[in-house]
Amino acid sequence: MADPIKRDEFWHLDPPLLAGLILLCGLSLLVLYSAGGEDSSVIMRQGLRIAVGFGVMAALAQVPPETLSRWSPHIFGVGVVLLALVLLVGIVGKGAQRWLDLGLFQFQPAEIMKLGVPMMVAWLLTRHTLPPSLRELAIALAVVAAPVLLVVLQPDLGTAVLIAVSGLIAIFLSGLRWRYIIGALSVLAAAGPLIWSLLHEYQQRRIVTLFDPWSDPLGAGYHTIQSIIAVGSGGVYGKGWLNGSQSQLEFIPERGTDFVFAVFAEEFGLIGAVLLIVLYIFVAGRGLYISFYARDTFSRLVAGSLALTFFFYLFVNIGMVSGILPVVGIPLPLISYGGTSMVTLMAGFGILMSIQTHKKFMPK
Amino acid sequence: MDELTLKDYLRETSIIQSRLVFAAVIGVALVAALVIRLFYLQVNQHQHYSTLSRDNRIRLVPIPPVRGQIYDRSGVILAKNIPVYTLEVIPDRVHDMDALLQEVGQLVEISERDLERFNETRHARPGFEAQTLKAGLTDDEVGRFAVNQHRFHGIELRARLQRYYPLGEELVHVVGYVGRISEADLRRIDRSAYRGTDYIGKLGIEDRYEDILLGKVGYEQVETNAHGRVVRTLARTSPVAGRNVHLNVDTKLQKVARESLGDYEGAVVAIEPDTGAILAFVSNPVYDPNPFVNGIDTKSYRLLRESESRPLLNRALNGRYAPGSTIKGLFALAALENQRNPNTSVYCPGWFSLKGSRHRYRCWKRAGHGWMNLHNAIVQSCDVYFYQLAHSLGIDKLHEFLSRFGFGRVTGIDLKGEPSGLVPSREWKRRVKGQPWYPGETVITGIGQGYTLVTPLQLSLVTATLANRGVRVGPRLVQSIEDPQGKVRTASQAEPQQMIEVGNPAYYDTVVAAMQDVVHGRRGTARRVGLDADYTFAGKTGTAQVVGIAQGARYDEEKIPERFRDHSLFIAFAPVEKPRIAIAVIAENGGSGSRTAAPIARRVMDYYLTGTAPPLEIEKGTITRLRDGRSDQT
Repeated sequence: MADPIKRDEFWHLDPPLLAGLILLCGLSLLVLYSAGGEDSSVIMRQGLRIAVGFGVMAALAQVPPETLSRWSPHIFGVGVVLLALVLLVGIVGKGAQRWLDLGLFQFQPAEIMKLGVPMMVAWLLTRHTLPPSLRELAIALAVVAAPVLLVVLQPDLGTAVLIAVSGLIAIFLSGLRWRYIIGALSVLAAAGPLIWSLLHEYQQRRIVTLFDPWSDPLGAGYHTIQSIIAVGSGGVYGKGWLNGSQSQLEFIPERGTDFVFAVFAEEFGLIGAVLLIVLYIFVAGRGLYISFYARDTFSRLVAGSLALTFFFYLFVNIGMVSGILPVVGIPLPLISYGGTSMVTLMAGFGILMSIQTHKKFMPK
Repeated sequence: MDELTLKDYLRETSIIQSRLVFAAVIGVALVAALVIRLFYLQVNQHQHYSTLSRDNRIRLVPIPPVRGQIYDRSGVILAKNIPVYTLEVIPDRVHDMDALLQEVGQLVEISERDLERFNETRHARPGFEAQTLKAGLTDDEVGRFAVNQHRFHGIELRARLQRYYPLGEELVHVVGYVGRISEADLRRIDRSAYRGTDYIGKLGIEDRYEDILLGKVGYEQVETNAHGRVVRTLARTSPVAGRNVHLNVDTKLQKVARESLGDYEGAVVAIEPDTGAILAFVSNPVYDPNPFVNGIDTKSYRLLRESESRPLLNRALNGRYAPGSTIKGLFALAALENQRNPNTSVYCPGWFSLKGSRHRYRCWKRAGHGWMNLHNAIVQSCDVYFYQLAHSLGIDKLHEFLSRFGFGRVTGIDLKGEPSGLVPSREWKRRVKGQPWYPGETVITGIGQGYTLVTPLQLSLVTATLANRGVRVGPRLVQSIEDPQGKVRTASQAEPQQMIEVGNPAYYDTVVAAMQDVVHGRRGTARRVGLDADYTFAGKTGTAQVVGIAQGARYDEEKIPERFRDHSLFIAFAPVEKPRIAIAVIAENGGSGSRTAAPIARRVMDYYLTGTAPPLEIEKGTITRLRDGRSDQT
């Protein structure tokens, strides 16, 4: 083992990962202050969420991976039940039904599944030796499909994509044969038209305008055009913090949430944007490193899936803001304004830290 | 579960590790794609997007909400919005600012002050936001500019609403005023809520109820031409007008009270004892708030600030005065609570001294009152009785008792910047002055002198508490808040009532009876003002040695004679049986309480209870200066 050092002395926290997360969250406050119209209450609320996130992360880092593995089916089961409940009694907001009101706070059960699905898939697949048989594969796909369908029904396409991706990555890492992968991709390509017809009209329009946003500059293309103008006008050095006219004049829609990267790229330029991406790569890379040197197969699968999903997250968001991917409502991880995804992401990093710091014993 | 062998484990490890490497390679390729895309946008196409960003044809234009209006209790409008024409500049669109200002200056008169203010905001706010160059253009100026508008870029004539206070100076100490948003304001407000709005509440109700009066900003998505002029509107989110605020204050009563004060500097606060509603809240002198809306010029402001009579000071709220003998009613309650027999008499030879000391504390009546019981001591305001009482109770009890009635603490009125006043204690003196408490200081505390400082508002509230026989109410200037359609009226949140216990509720009646004899009794210190009243009332006179108003009062040697004249105080409530008004009056340098403050209170109560006020008879300057600061009438 390359990294067998006992890490208990740092409360099971992984210092490199921790440093990367703190930097990202700090940047979040900086850019949200600008995107939120210099409203300090926005910063207070985001700061509180970050604090809660770090608390959850630290707590999960203490739980050994064996325990997490044992919990996996329970977490998954509870998640499915809650998702069903959302559809029955959830709160409708912004045209979608995503929230459960727990009295004290509102809660989005789909978030649980971002962790629950990869954990469940890893748990299932590690009951037998890898690579998985066809039967195991079928069960694993069902485990991914069930929550994804429930989330699509809400409808919350962005989250559904993320859940599906996290589960599929775990299956991919477990050594799914290439011929299946290629076969599945071919089927998907063939089924494209069917999926197209299932999409909401606004999603269809977004995909069309992806290829030519200028065809509808005030409608579906507006988001993308304004966001690209913001990024492009930032140039190499950026317009300076609080000085992005695209952001400050509110040309950029949802500039605190999904399009926050446009604000960042406008105000800090190419240099800032590349540095931010480097920071992200560092965090995702550390996750891959943890997975690579993990102690057992379950840990390896979960860690790899979490790290790659995180990467997927940021790639899709930045791709969407810079106009090479369709607008699918995926926030920029750790930087966008919002509570639930922040806490889930930090929980994921808690699991990564636990995997990295509970390696005292070799497996059987 | 299958038995896992080392061989299996190594195989699984290598499967996952190779997949991880594969994923990492894909990841690197994707990141490269992102960076290339960003490079393309931010380097290759930078010029293009820069131009697009600068000439962005689609703009979001904020539409400021209409600020809520302020009314008095009977619907008299105190603050409203009037349309004015303003010249607004978008600095980013102007090529040569100096030339523009020069040329525009030939059409429209732009003052030094306008320029100064414009330059200030120009540097504090982003250059793409419209900034006011001049507000309130005359019709001629509007006409001249409109004809020439085509010559200029980046400057526009706009019709805006501006705050106006129709009653001017009358309610400035209540309503306050709005002013231009300053740099300091910008640091504390949520800027997005003030897009397109130039004004913010600075003082009084305008400041305290800012969030209610402001309303919610609306937006218009407009398409503009190359010069930034609006070609057409694409979408619109309407602003939500601010809510209207209705005050408890009665403007007519307020006027009567201020005219009764005449030339005296001072304060009158009248409260409805049942509810805590503030009926009148007068501080004299006053000043016109209207010039403050667009920023008063430096010279006028200096005149106001440096004026000897300090008009900018809100005396009713911030003035701090020694309560003088008005406090004797409370100490009588303290005596009763501490089982002092009200019928036991104290002999007043005209002075009091502590054992082992030759210092004489004088009674205002040099010849002495003779034997005084509690009732008579209040009615005739015998100082010796209260010297004796204070000495026997001790400072700790006095401190606790005054604190219980709310002295030394903010009242919680709905205005900002209320001081707490001061109720001295041993602990306070050690902390602030670094000295022990001396017994002589207890003695003079007994007649409301020494360190004790109260505000007119606090005094009026304690009067209302006495009127209510112990029930303390929270003071409230605002009666209700009304939505812009004038439909829903929500009552202003009043503080809960609270009974102040003094051992036996009947003690209040004892003190009220004595206060009634102050004005209606044969020997009452204010018997003159109690004559021919159509209603019964209870009061207490007070005369306060001038200790200076604590808020940075200036020491000016030449003015000492005038400035050292005693302050005249009077508290009262009426009718005694079922009080409808409680009042505190302070006339600075007005001499004795009975002579100046009491007639003012009578006049205000007459007007409130009977609808007519007796003619004015007080003239400043007729009161002769009294020789001894402490020993005077009352």
